[in-house]
This record gives sequence, C-alpha cells and structure tokens, in this order.
Amino acid sequence: MRLVSDTWLVFLRSINQVIRNPLSILIGMAQPALYLVLFGPMLTSLAGVAGFPAGSGWQVYVPGLLVQLALMGSGMAGFTVLPDIHTGVAERIRVTPLSRSALLLGRVGQQVAVFTAQAVVLVLAGVLFGLRAPVGGVLLGVLLAVLLSSALAAASFSIALRLPNEYLFAPVSTLLTLLLLLLSGALLPLDLAPGWLRALAAANPVSHVVDAERALFLGHLVSSRTLVGTLVTVALVALCWLWGIRTFRREHR
Amino acid sequence: MIKARALARRFDTPAGPVEAVRGVDLDIAAGELVGFLGPNGAGKTTTLRMLTTLLRPTQGSAVVAGCDLRADPVGVRRRIGYVAQGGGTGPDYPVDTELRMQARFYGLPPAQAASRAAELAEWFDLTDLMALPTAALSGGQRRRLDLAMGLVHRPAVLFLDEPTAGLDPHSRANLWERIRDLRADLGTTVFLTTHYLDEADVLCDRVLVIDQGRIVAQGSPDDLKRQVSGDTVVLTSAQAAAAAEVAGRLPGAHQVSVADTAVRFHVPAGDTALPTLLRELDQAEVELTSVQVHRPTLDDVFRALTGRSLGQD
Repeated sequence: MRLVSDTWLVFLRSINQVIRNPLSILIGMAQPALYLVLFGPMLTSLAGVAGFPAGSGWQVYVPGLLVQLALMGSGMAGFTVLPDIHTGVAERIRVTPLSRSALLLGRVGQQVAVFTAQAVVLVLAGVLFGLRAPVGGVLLGVLLAVLLSSALAAASFSIALRLPNEYLFAPVSTLLTLLLLLLSGALLPLDLAPGWLRALAAANPVSHVVDAERALFLGHLVSSRTLVGTLVTVALVALCWLWGIRTFRREHR
Repeated sequence: MIKARALARRFDTPAGPVEAVRGVDLDIAAGELVGFLGPNGAGKTTTLRMLTTLLRPTQGSAVVAGCDLRADPVGVRRRIGYVAQGGGTGPDYPVDTELRMQARFYGLPPAQAASRAAELAEWFDLTDLMALPTAALSGGQRRRLDLAMGLVHRPAVLFLDEPTAGLDPHSRANLWERIRDLRADLGTTVFLTTHYLDEADVLCDRVLVIDQGRIVAQGSPDDLKRQVSGDTVVLTSAQAAAAAEVAGRLPGAHQVSVADTAVRFHVPAGDTALPTLLRELDQAEVELTSVQVHRPTLDDVFRALTGRSLGQD
C-alpha cells in the first residue's frame, strides 16, 4: 500500500538525522534521567505517607516519568519541522508525489522510535534504582506511553505548522507541555492535591494516562483506571493524528 | 505542456486581500524554454507555486504535463520537477543521501535510486562531493545539486524559480549551459522565473513579461524588443542635416534628432533598414563617417510597457 511505503520513506529520511547524531537521543533523555536521580529519591521517602498511592515510590514515580518523557520529548517534536521549513526541504518534499498523510506519519514514526528507545532505557535505569514491578504491566505501560507520544508528536507538528510564525512555537509549546505536565500528577501524585486542583487535573486527558500507567505498573492490567486511561489515549491518538493529517494536507508556510 | 486559463490567486492578509496574480493565460509547448520576467512582487513565484501544486488557485484552471491541476495534483507532481529559489536540501545531509532519498520519493526502488543519483552526480559534476554534507558545497555546486534533485525522476517539465539568483558570473554561465543541455539532450520543457534581463535574453526561447499579477507582453526576446521601441540607429556625418532628411524617409523611422554631426533615429528593425539607408545615402551623395545599430534591452521593453524600470521595486 502506498501510504505504508511512503510513510516508511519519510520515516527513513527523518531517522537518518537521528542516526547521524546519536548524541541527540542521550541529551533528550538527560532531563528525565536527572529527575530519576535527583528527584526520585525524595519522592520514594514519601511512600507510606497518608494519601500516597499504593506501591513503592518507584512504582509511582517511574510511570509518571514515562509520561513526562513523552511530554518533554514528543511534545517538542514540532522543533524538528522548523529547520525543514527554513531550508526549503519541507516545500521540496511537498512537490513530490508522497502521500500527505505519510508526511505526518513518517515524522511521527521517527519520534515514536526515539521515544521507545528512551522509554526502555528509563525503565531499566529505574530497575537499577530499585523499581520492582510486574513485567507484563510494565510492558503495557511502555506501550501506552508510546501511543501517547505519537499523539503528542502529531499535535506538536500541527502547532508548529499552524502558528503564524516560528518564534511563537517555543513559548506556546513550553506553556502547553508544562500545563499538561503539572495537571497530570506525573511529578507528585494528585492524591496529595486539594480538591480544586484535582478537579482541574481530571479535565486534563494526560492525568488519566498517568493513572493508567501507575495501575499497570502495579500489575492491574484490567481495572477501571487502566480502562479509562487506555480509552483516553486511543481517543487522543485518533484526534491528534486526524488533526495532523489535516494540517499536512493544507497549504502552510 | 502547460496550459493555464485565467489563473488567479488572492491572499488574505491582515491589511486586506492582495491580488497577487490576476488572471494569467499560458500556453507552453513541449520542449520550450520559457522565462517569466518581472520585478520582485510581480506574481512570478506565486504563479509558479500554483503550477507546482504548492498553492491552490483562487480562480482559473491549468493543465500541466497532461494532468489537471485541481483534479489530479498528484499526477502533476509525478510529472514535474521543481527547484525553489533557495533550493531544498538538508544542510547536514550528505549529497548522496539527499539524491537517493529524493529518487525514492518519486517511487524508484533503492538500487535504481542509487544508480540515478550516481548518473545525475556525473552529469552535474558532483561525483567527488557525494559524501559531503550539502552545507559544505559552494553556491554554484549547491545550485547544481538543486537542479539534480529536481531531475531524479526525469520530469517532462522542470520549474526553476530564479535559478541563478546570487551566483557569481562564472557559475551563472555554467548553469545556463546545463539548462540548455537539459533541453537539448532530454527534451525537457523548462519554465523559469527571473528578474535578470540577461538571463531572460540569453537563455529563453520565449519571455513572458509579468507586472502586478498580469502578463503584459510575450514573445522571443528579439520580438519583444522589436515590437516595443524598435532599434536605435546612430550615424555620424559631416552633412548631418542631409543625412537626417534621408533617414526620415525610411519606412517606420521616427524620433529623428540631430546633434552636431550625429543623427539618431528609431526604426522597427535596424538590421534590415541599414542596407536601404546606405543605398539612399549613397544616391543622395551623403558621406558617412560611422553608423551603429543599438538593439533595445528587455529593460527598455519593460519601461515602455509599465513606465518603470525592472530594477525598481
């Protein structure tokens, strides 16, 4: 099918950049790794405090970090289209017969590949620090985070292409990801938050993903939290991909 | 190869709508090398971007390489090559990678893409540069790479936006030669925009002059110059007044002026008027010291049509 082969070609060109700059993957991981090392130990000492969710500190914190990595990494994916617009690469590729959907999906694929590699390293690092969790749940947790990262990447590309100028992208995307992150409970469990903050967080789809991640890391493969988080993630993927495809189909800068 | 009718494009800007192209008709035959000449902002690039499917026309229709622009943009994309003014290669990608990926984007299988890349590199003298990142190329080399990128799928039509803007004279001449070769060897139809008079003059079979979104004149560079102001003839003679009288009787001669020993006048075609002039002067027993024919430049043409020089913005 042409969409698949076109997506593969766009993926190949995008991943080429990463392969030639392997350091970029490590630098992208630095932030969550720093959280793991410099913030995680504080959090683990909170385990057992009244209101703290079930499980060890690491079982609470590592799933949150996965979501944080998706937000900080794939949420910033739009930065990678800006140079392509400058150099005329984006325009050159738009004159080729490649499917417009593939222009989005191939780029999303590249982000997902990088994210998956980072997520695996992050979980393994978590194990070194003392994370103990059911393997099946962890694998499903990583898969859910991968899906979330694909939705965030598609949304980020759309924002980058739709903003009237490129200088807006950094402040807009930073603000959005920070808002999504703070209201997700990824850093500190929302169980510790006052009611109004929890109500706000409930409106943030990412908070439901974090809930599902934590349930999965406890081995609760079938639970209301897992179910809701999965449905929210699938809905996010559908909406963001559609929005992205619409963006790549229209004329843009 | 390209047929457009009443092609128009309006942009909605915060300051109100801007009519960038206001109804352009084009008829370009297979194998023609046609130049779109006009000042910056005349609508050249907008027209090109419509014909290459990058912009949707707000009005009008066009058929490019046999495919309707609106109904079958993918068909158009398959059959055309497009080289934007600034090129379009990733600065840190190796030349070889960019060429091969571009060929694969047009559906060539990997092995064929590699051989096509090598073939084009040979043609454009890029073989020794294949492993370099494109950022390491000189301006002329990068422009040759841009052309090669536009040709990986052997398109029927090649669109070039300001192909030699910013190049040194040597690289420009080199590029012109390659564009001519392209047409001669592959029969590629070439449609280019330029705001350089010499480029339109030296390179193109036919020039379309565009100003403020409309085509104001078209023809071969020679036709255009002839139809507008004709040629200027300057002769010097000790009997200037008598010479001026003879010159004034030539068919189509006008604006005859005498300054000291020099007589200056305009005729539609100086090269064919000259033999008659010399014969008549001889019969009138007027002796000449010198005679010169000046062809008008395309800038004279543009000035006559619009009242402005091409260089002005």
